[in-house]
Amino acid sequence: MAARVLLNSVQRLIVGKAFVTRNFSSETRTVTLIPGDGIGPEISESVKTIFAAAQAPIAWEPVDVTPVKGPDGLFAIPQKAIDSVHKNKIGLKGPLATPIGKGHRSLNLALRKEFNLYANVRPCKSIEGYKTPYDDVDIVTIRENTEGEYSGIEHVIVQGVVQSIKLITKEASIRVAEFAFDYAKSNQRSTVTAVHKANIMRMSDGLFLRCCRHVAEKNTDIKFNEIYLDTVCLNMVQDPTQFDVLVMPNLYGDILSDLCAGLIGGLGVTPSGNIGADGAAIFESVHGTAPDIAGEDKANPTALLLSAIMMLRHMGFGDYACRIEKACFDTIREGNVLTGDLGGKSTCSEFTNEICRKVEAT
Amino acid sequence: MVIINTYLQMVSKPQQFDVMVMPNLYGNIIGNLGAGLIGGPGIVSGMNLGDQFAIFETGTRNSGRSIQGKNIANPAAMLLASSQMLDHLGLKDHGKLIRESVKKVISEEKIHTPDLGGQATTLQVVQAIVKDIKEKTQQ
Repeated sequence: MAARVLLNSVQRLIVGKAFVTRNFSSETRTVTLIPGDGIGPEISESVKTIFAAAQAPIAWEPVDVTPVKGPDGLFAIPQKAIDSVHKNKIGLKGPLATPIGKGHRSLNLALRKEFNLYANVRPCKSIEGYKTPYDDVDIVTIRENTEGEYSGIEHVIVQGVVQSIKLITKEASIRVAEFAFDYAKSNQRSTVTAVHKANIMRMSDGLFLRCCRHVAEKNTDIKFNEIYLDTVCLNMVQDPTQFDVLVMPNLYGDILSDLCAGLIGGLGVTPSGNIGADGAAIFESVHGTAPDIAGEDKANPTALLLSAIMMLRHMGFGDYACRIEKACFDTIREGNVLTGDLGGKSTCSEFTNEICRKVEAT
Repeated sequence: MVIINTYLQMVSKPQQFDVMVMPNLYGNIIGNLGAGLIGGPGIVSGMNLGDQFAIFETGTRNSGRSIQGKNIANPAAMLLASSQMLDHLGLKDHGKLIRESVKKVISEEKIHTPDLGGQATTLQVVQAIVKDIKEKTQQ
């Protein structure tokens, strides 16, 4: 009896830390697909087509997250969509148009709260064939996504004087720091750097920094250092190659992730992943819905495709991820079939088909 | 423009921006980004203005402790800050004189300290600036 209790505890200990979504068999996994608005549906189709060409073991469950009015008069994500992500744990999301009007909360915020998405991960790697003023960029920003400067706690002291609370907790800081080190290990990265302004915000950033140091001590196989936010910005535009994995609180992450996207060519080519506390993860393109080109077969699916590739890696399907990624990067590097934003004249379908051809050839 | 997209725009198309005004933290970030874009802390000056007082200093406020005492610091940032100070005091001719000599030595003569990729010493840069000023003032 005692032996069984001990065995169960040991099993919980081993399974507890691992990503519950890791899959080491080749069985098909179902993923929730949120095509989104504007160009969302067509770039989602591109991803599905390419995945089919690669015979990736992914089954798609499309859902609509267009908010519906609840009995309280407020708009909320439809229950069907929520249940789908809870069931599948993994989602891929296209761009969403935020409806404007009374009762609408931000959809992205709603998703984040519903699935407790605590870490936003943006790998920014220079793309051969898409030249920017910065070369050899290979940075991953990991942003704490639940608290910090975006806790939404504001109040008016007197007319003309407003206070905003930056909330930093030990729990959230440790959680994101642990994720950063785990990510570094799983993705063969050598260094994790905490970005902060603890010299000015001694208590809030100080706590964040101490939590990162604490986690670093338990992960001595990964190098750890600390850098001020302003120094990162100063150095990033002079030599981005000096940075590897960066972990930081919410606002700094919001800024640096967009900055790094700018280094490699913008939001149209940058993937993004949001990691949840109970194994859920939603990968998404972070560009806009581009309503001016929606439905015209002009959209560039690269950002959503790279996010889907991130998703495959997260799920343990590294081989499929590599094959599809190589096909995508080879297509861009060769430069024969590029969408307009990449400097070419091809359609979204032509770009997609070219990637499919390459994938099928491997 | 929404501040977040600004960072993306700053690294891809900074030329679109002119004067930017913003709260404290964002200013710290944008100021450092801007300095990095044009060559770093060695050549950017800054001024702090109040109702009664003004303080002029190097733009990014880096103390450069790692290169202290080695005669390799770039004097341009401090000199440009002092030119701004002279302008502020109403001594615009003097401010212009120093500023233009600094720019000539850096942009045309390309006498660069290591932070700009060169091998000149602090003293060499200063001497070149003094030489240019003397040539202009003795005409």
